[in-house]
Amino acid sequence: MRWSWRKVEETFFRCLMMAAVVLVMLILLWILLTILVRGVPALDWEMVSRTPRGGFYLGKSGGILNAILGSLFLTLGATLAAFVAGLPVALYLTCFRGDSSRTAAFIRTVLDVLWGIPSIVYGAFGFVLMIWLGLRASLLGGMLAVALLILPIMIRGMDEVIRLVPRELYDSAYALGATKMETAFRVVIRQAAPGILSTVLIALGRGMGDAASVLFTAGYTDALPSSLLEPVATLPLAIFFQLGTPFPEVQERAYASALLLTILILVISGVARWLIRRYARQVVR
Amino acid sequence: MTGEHVIHARDLNVYYGQLHVLKDITVAIPRSKITAIIGPSGCGKSTLLRSFNRLLETMDNVRLAGSVRLGPQDVYAPGVDVTLIRKKMGLLAQRPFPLPMSIYENVAFGPRLHGIRNRRALDRLVEDNLQLTGLWSEVRDRLHTPAVELSIGQQQRLCLARGLAVEPEVILADEPTSALDPQSSRRIEECFRHLKDRYSIVMVTHILRQARRLADYILFLYMGELVEHGPAEQMFNAPRRELTREYVQGVIS
Repeated sequence: MRWSWRKVEETFFRCLMMAAVVLVMLILLWILLTILVRGVPALDWEMVSRTPRGGFYLGKSGGILNAILGSLFLTLGATLAAFVAGLPVALYLTCFRGDSSRTAAFIRTVLDVLWGIPSIVYGAFGFVLMIWLGLRASLLGGMLAVALLILPIMIRGMDEVIRLVPRELYDSAYALGATKMETAFRVVIRQAAPGILSTVLIALGRGMGDAASVLFTAGYTDALPSSLLEPVATLPLAIFFQLGTPFPEVQERAYASALLLTILILVISGVARWLIRRYARQVVR
Repeated sequence: MTGEHVIHARDLNVYYGQLHVLKDITVAIPRSKITAIIGPSGCGKSTLLRSFNRLLETMDNVRLAGSVRLGPQDVYAPGVDVTLIRKKMGLLAQRPFPLPMSIYENVAFGPRLHGIRNRRALDRLVEDNLQLTGLWSEVRDRLHTPAVELSIGQQQRLCLARGLAVEPEVILADEPTSALDPQSSRRIEECFRHLKDRYSIVMVTHILRQARRLADYILFLYMGELVEHGPAEQMFNAPRRELTREYVQGVIS
C-alpha cells in the first residue's frame, strides 16, 4: 500500500475528528460525573420535597423544593411570554418580508446583538424596569428579565428554522388562495414545528440555567412560590448561595441542586424530543 | 362562463431586477384544452405560468407590466382580491409539495380556507377529488396518515386533487412530471386527459414527446419571446417560423 499525500491528509483529519469527539464526550462525562459523585450523597427525598430548614436561605436540612418550583414557574412563564412575543416577529421576518429585505436584515442584526448581551445586563435592566413599573423582586420581575434574556434566542432560532421551509410550500398554499397570514399560521408553522420546538427548548434551558438575570429581579426566599408579586427562589441561585457558604454540608447540597437542575432540563428535553418526533412525521422533506 | 379563450395575456413584460425575462407576450390560452408551453431552459416558461396566477409577486425584485385576463377578470387590476384569482388557477409544481398534514387535510385545506366547514361536505369533496385523480382507491384506508408517507407519484396526484378541490377554472402545471418515474408520469398525463373537458390546462414542459402526446395548443418561447403559438398539429408539422421548426425537430435545445 502506497502512502500518498492525500491518504496522509485523510488520515490526519480523521484523527482530528475523532479527537474532537472524544474531547467533547470527556468534558460532558466529567461534568456529569462531578455532579453525580458530589451530588448523589447529599440527595435524598427531603431535598426535593421540603423547603430549607435550619438556617437563613439555604439550611443544612430540609430541601430545595422552593427553588425547584420557583425555577419551573419562572422559566415556564418566561418561555411562554417570549414565545408569544417572539413568534409573530419570526413570522414577520420570514413570511412577510422577502429575503432581500433590508428591514429584516436590520432587525436580525439587532437581535444578534441582543443575543450577545451578558445576562447580568438583562438582570440590571430588568431591575430598572421593575422599579419603573413599581415592582419589587418577585416571580413576575424574574419572568420579565428572563423573558427579555431569551427573547432574541427565541426569535432568531425560530427565524432560522422557518427560513428552511421550502419556497414551494408557500407557493402551494398561495395557489390554493391562502393569504400570507393563513399560509404562515396553517402551513409554515406546521412545517417548522419540530424546529420551533427545539428552539423553545434551547431558550427554556438557557432561561432555567441563568443565575445573573434573576439575581436582582426574582430575589430569593425560603418559601414556596405563592404569588406573582412575591420573591421566588431559583435553582441557579440556590446553587450559588449554597456554594458560597463556609459549611461543607451545605456546599455538598449545591451539587445535589446542580444535579436536580440537570435532571429537570433532561426531563423537559426528553418530553420535547418525543413531541418533535411526532411532529416530524408530517413534515415535507 | 364560456368563450373560446380562458386566459388573455397582453403586452406582458417581466423583469427580474435588470433582467428582461418576458418580452411583449400577447397570447390567448384556449378553454378546455391542454396548452403546452415549450422552449429551452431559462426561456421564461415558468415565469409566464406564474404571471397568470400572480405568484411572481411573492418573489423579490420582480417587475411586471402589461395585462393578464382570466375570462373577463383583469388579474392585475388594482383592488382585485389576489386570493380569489389564485383559487381559480390550481398549481402543480415540478416536485410535489404536500402540505405538512394528513392526506385528508391536504385536500380539505383549500375548501376550508374558502369557508366550507361542514364535515359532510368536506368528506364529499375529499372523496370526489381523490377519485378524479385516481387516488381514492389507493388511500381510502389511510386518509388520516401524513401525506408525505405517500410515494412521490401519489403525492403529485394528491397535489392535483388538492388544487381541484377549490374548483379552479385553470390548472397551471410547471413540468409536473419532471420528478416522477415513467409510470407515475403516465398517470398524471392520464389525469390531464380526463380533466381537460372540465378544466383548461396550461403546462410547462421541456419534454417534446410529452407535448406531442398531450397538447392541443402549443406556445413556443425562446429567450423570453413568444416565437410562435398555434394548434399542436400545426406547430409540430408545419411551423411558420424556422426557429420553431428547429426546436421541435430537436436541432436546437
